[in-house]
Amino acid sequence: MDKKKKRSITRGAILVVLLAAIVYTVYTSATNDKVKVLQVGDKAPDFELVDLYESDLKHRLSDYEGKGVFLNFWGTWCEPCKKEMPAMSRQYANYKEQGVEVLTVNIAQTDFEVKKFLESLDVHFPAVIDQTKAVMTAYNVNPLPTTILINPEGRVEKIITGEMSERQIASYMESIKPEQE
Amino acid sequence: MEKIICVCGHENPAGTKLCGKCGRPLTEEAKSSKIVDMKYDGAAIRSKTRNKSMVDKIWNFFSSVKVGISLIIINLIAASIGTIFPQEFYISVSTDAEKEAYYENTYGSLGKLYYELGLSDVYSSWWFQILVGMLAISIIVASIDRGIPLHRSLKNQRVKRHESFLKRQRIIAEGPIINGDSANTLNLIEEKMKKLKYKVRRDGNALLAERGRFSRYGPYINHVGLIIFLAAVMLRLVPGFYVDESMWVREGEMRAVPGMEGYFIENEKFILEMHDNEKTENQELQGVNVVAKNYQTNAKLYKQTDDAVPGKADDLELVKEYSIRVNHPLQHEGYSFYQMDFRLNEIKAMNFVLTNKETGESFGEVHVDLTNPQDEYVINDQTKVQLLGYYPDFSGFENGEPQTATPNPNNPAFIFKMTTPDKPEGEVSFVAIQQTVEPNGDNAYKMAFKSVETRNMTGLTVHKDSSIPFLAIGGAIFMIGVAIGSYWNHRRLWVEQLDDGSIRLAAHTNKNWFGIKKDIDAVVEFAHLPKYIDQSDDDAEKEKEGDSTL
Repeated sequence: MDKKKKRSITRGAILVVLLAAIVYTVYTSATNDKVKVLQVGDKAPDFELVDLYESDLKHRLSDYEGKGVFLNFWGTWCEPCKKEMPAMSRQYANYKEQGVEVLTVNIAQTDFEVKKFLESLDVHFPAVIDQTKAVMTAYNVNPLPTTILINPEGRVEKIITGEMSERQIASYMESIKPEQE
Repeated sequence: MEKIICVCGHENPAGTKLCGKCGRPLTEEAKSSKIVDMKYDGAAIRSKTRNKSMVDKIWNFFSSVKVGISLIIINLIAASIGTIFPQEFYISVSTDAEKEAYYENTYGSLGKLYYELGLSDVYSSWWFQILVGMLAISIIVASIDRGIPLHRSLKNQRVKRHESFLKRQRIIAEGPIINGDSANTLNLIEEKMKKLKYKVRRDGNALLAERGRFSRYGPYINHVGLIIFLAAVMLRLVPGFYVDESMWVREGEMRAVPGMEGYFIENEKFILEMHDNEKTENQELQGVNVVAKNYQTNAKLYKQTDDAVPGKADDLELVKEYSIRVNHPLQHEGYSFYQMDFRLNEIKAMNFVLTNKETGESFGEVHVDLTNPQDEYVINDQTKVQLLGYYPDFSGFENGEPQTATPNPNNPAFIFKMTTPDKPEGEVSFVAIQQTVEPNGDNAYKMAFKSVETRNMTGLTVHKDSSIPFLAIGGAIFMIGVAIGSYWNHRRLWVEQLDDGSIRLAAHTNKNWFGIKKDIDAVVEFAHLPKYIDQSDDDAEKEKEGDSTL
């Protein structure tokens, strides 16, 4: 009888392993198209981009550890990006003192376009241009705008695609605010 | 579990057809048949031995050959239905909505159904993957279920078999030897069979000569190959194992390579060459004017230093310089860059002439590089043109503001402010292709379009497939298994010398009866044995190769 039991367990184990392989295959291939290489809870990939206005000022994500980083990917042709910018600018003014950094990453456009665009909106926050789309690739950004909330520990807190309201922006900044000592 | 105890005292598991020790037929069916069924050497197929718990029921379902064959057929049918309309891969639309519309518009409601059932991308559809997975389970379970008992029964073969086993073999002989010393007969048989490359074992007055036993493992080896193959295909889904990305790079641009961290590719030049022949008859027939000779991207592959982070582009190291052409990809560390697509003549720079509208007098030229527009273009100390706005893909005004639909210069538009000696306060003009708006009334000057500079864009795909070695190994093992199972056969000869010196002989092979008969003919002559008979009277049966798969 013992042998019989053992055989049953072996069979069950084989079937479970094979079933798991099928489930894994179906699941990953179903989610493959939309798979976010980057996921909430992951360590946010480090990057370094040159400031739009000061060519010797480099924004390196790891330098912001201890602060919450509100990382926003955008382009001048993207209507919702444009709409959320003034609210971001206003909320940044509020949360800057509380240890939240805003960094807006333009996708490979020219300095001229980016500067004119930001000036016309009268918004004020650090801006960089991802010339080679390397950061965009590392963060697997597809639709614009995409906002990545990075907590003071350098981990991804939330990934937001699409336009945000001012209220949402405020609550997002609140959520990554470092705790005051 | 019920056991069947053979007359010889050997305990056999339920479902056994032929006793594992002496070979006596155990079932009524086996007892009444003239020739016994030698599949799995009469051992009990595991799934036949027990059928109780849920696990056993599932196990038995998958171990069934009928189920396995049904699964193969269902898979084949599904895959062939997938060839009726083109797969999504071959359709040049990108979004899901466009794909759906394409199938509906091109093939009607049948096309819509085709798309909705996932037949348009059959290998990625969940139900097809489940079918293939079930087939894999069937292969594995059936192999374990049959392979292990077969292996055991082959390994534990006795030399001596019971008369009832021998008499039920297809080839048998019985009788006294023709001449010579009967005491020497078994020695002669052994000598001849060894010469014929049989392995010979003896046990008292019995002899077993066996050859090519490993061929019985051919089907199991080929199943292992198949499973490795399927596992390799599955491995492609593991991140980093399989990369298939496409990217566009304009001439002069450098782009991070998707799926290949830390690498950048620069497009130095894209070249499209055409044959300059006269139109051939075939070209005429097909309405083709010119035929492309070469699509080429002169590319440079760069790598960041290992400690560098994305975006840092000032410490790149040139890895490779290569002219990517069709079928000549740039290759590096398992990655290949293939020439896939191109777009010609995207606007890169525009030249304007600052012109007095009335007199047509030119005040100088302005060169606007769209990849790096400047705030101000100074012509001389009293004349300059300021650029107030640049919209690469102008799509109309919204609240008086020009809008751009995309970042690509498909329809560039500009706002210029022209400062001239007689208009020192400047005149503003909005200039787009075939459209000029002068917001402050009539201007005295205009930016007359003069010429355009273009550049090409190359479409590359980045490909990496680490599953190929596994696919090759799986395929090779599969072929080895097929070859072993097809070109070798398991031949056995049982001989027993009775007390009176006469010989009882039986032979079996899993295929190629002609071959074994030749061997027996040789040994019959050499050892002066009685003539054998082929009990299979049915001619069709004689031709049949028998149990060739398992």
